[in-house]
Amino acid sequence: MAHDNKLQFELPANVKKWSMILMGVGILATVLGWFADKTDHHTYWWGNLLINGFFFFAIALGALFFYALQYAAEVAWSAMVKRIFEAMFAYIPYGLGVIVFVLLVGQFHGHHLYHWMDSAVYDPTSPEYDELIANKRPYLSAWFFWLRVLVYAAVFIIFARKFRQWSIQEDTVGGTEIHYRFYRRSAVFLVFFAVFSSTLSWDWLMSIDTHWFSTMYGWYIFSGMWVTTMIFATLTVIWLKGKGYLAQVNDSHVHDMGKWVFAVSMLWSYLWFCQYMLIWYSNIPEEVTYFQTRYEHYMYGMWGVFAVNFAVPFYVLMARDAKRNFKYLTRVGVIIFLGHFADLYMAVIPGTVHGHLEWGFGEGHHTTFVGWFEIGMFLGFLGLFVFVVSRALTKANLLPIKHPFFQESENHSI
Amino acid sequence: MANKVFHVMYDDDQKLLDSARALVAQGIRVKDVFSPFPIHGLDPVIGVKRTRLAIASFMYATTGTLLSIIGTWYFMVSDWDWNIGGKPNFSWIENAPAFVPVMFEFSVFCGAHGMAITYLLRNGTLPGMPASNPDPRTTDDKFVMEIVTDQNAGFSVSDLEEKIRATDVYELSIKEY
Repeated sequence: MAHDNKLQFELPANVKKWSMILMGVGILATVLGWFADKTDHHTYWWGNLLINGFFFFAIALGALFFYALQYAAEVAWSAMVKRIFEAMFAYIPYGLGVIVFVLLVGQFHGHHLYHWMDSAVYDPTSPEYDELIANKRPYLSAWFFWLRVLVYAAVFIIFARKFRQWSIQEDTVGGTEIHYRFYRRSAVFLVFFAVFSSTLSWDWLMSIDTHWFSTMYGWYIFSGMWVTTMIFATLTVIWLKGKGYLAQVNDSHVHDMGKWVFAVSMLWSYLWFCQYMLIWYSNIPEEVTYFQTRYEHYMYGMWGVFAVNFAVPFYVLMARDAKRNFKYLTRVGVIIFLGHFADLYMAVIPGTVHGHLEWGFGEGHHTTFVGWFEIGMFLGFLGLFVFVVSRALTKANLLPIKHPFFQESENHSI
Repeated sequence: MANKVFHVMYDDDQKLLDSARALVAQGIRVKDVFSPFPIHGLDPVIGVKRTRLAIASFMYATTGTLLSIIGTWYFMVSDWDWNIGGKPNFSWIENAPAFVPVMFEFSVFCGAHGMAITYLLRNGTLPGMPASNPDPRTTDDKFVMEIVTDQNAGFSVSDLEEKIRATDVYELSIKEY
């Protein structure tokens, strides 16, 4: 090959050091936060654990989805960056572990994030009886809920492992047999994903506001997941290029990744706004509860998140040159990466703590943004995610050298 | 000496692209290319500047957004305040979510129509305008490269012709204009 290939990624010592430091900060903030949190059953603490667990799991799951999408749609240009996505979906088991931990503790009533996990709401003789939740019992019953969790976990982990295994195998075997196997299995995965991406966001996030439901919610969470995946992948590519890797990844590849960040940001904005606008306009009592809570206590947070996540990518990344400019991409990427974390915060916290946002840890219904606790926990999970992803990057060639589309991807020019 | 125009016809877009590269490398300026479809990678070779159509389209769309804001404000709030479903009808900003679909559609409408009309005007291809391509076959399966002598003052006509004939030409016509 004409280029000088640095195929093997060496984990830089400072990445290892810093991800360890971040994890340490995270553990410290998490432990101290537990004692500082005065909300009932540490609801706020558990809510933050769920946000972080889901946010980084969603990046990994979005990577698996995007990876399968590339094969199912026979995309050639992305062959050059496919190892990045493989490294990202290596985090799936870890992310699932955090979520399952939160769900398990909830199931045994260690916290009350999920109101419907309390069996009293299904008992007509109980004063806690809630007819609206009782009507959803077939779907929310413990055995069916846990069956779904198991099926999600099994499907995601099996596909992720198999995809990775075949991809590494292809590096030595070559040929097209593995490629066509990928093509067929990716289509199967996308069928599973189409259903599970919606149902898992109902199960784990929408069910926090048990009385409320929105048919757009699954898509809204899915688009947020996808855009954070594309941001993280783009930032990783830019970072690796800065370190002298991925020499064959040219401006056109980065341009295409910038297009995905731009396009999926618009998809997210569209879904966010449609969900809001239809509920606001029709003004039906059982639908408006979700936005009522946010309007009363989180008005600026809610609109701020929407404004940033829509306007920043829209105006900055619209121009062709901006999508080819690493500096612009990095800055916009970091802003909306945090923006989408805040979006998930807005989706989870108002429904769990019902209180309003104020500075410092409060009692009971006065809930709070503390600063060091949320940021510390986020940094801890970020450290873990970066550590897992960068370690997975070292375990295989950075470029899929025998991918059938390798040549085409190398000549990618737009 | 009268100016001469070379219409160099190729029967394949790749042949035209390779020939254009070869001619440009020798310092010859290609004035234009007529092709039934866009040829990937040709623009930078013959020195076509990037289109500013996208910027124009953005301006048209922004105009559309502003017009729709003025429109919804005038029709729904100022001229006669409509009360629809108990929504706040004395204020545009509090009612803004309801107007977003209108703003969106009208921006797209203005952006798309403005862009299409600009494109047709700029290229002189509005319905009824005379065709400017030198040979009707360029709308079918042939590709024509146009080279004029007054852009290539450094070459004599015979010199140009010789260099052009050295490429994989399908048909060559030289006219005065």
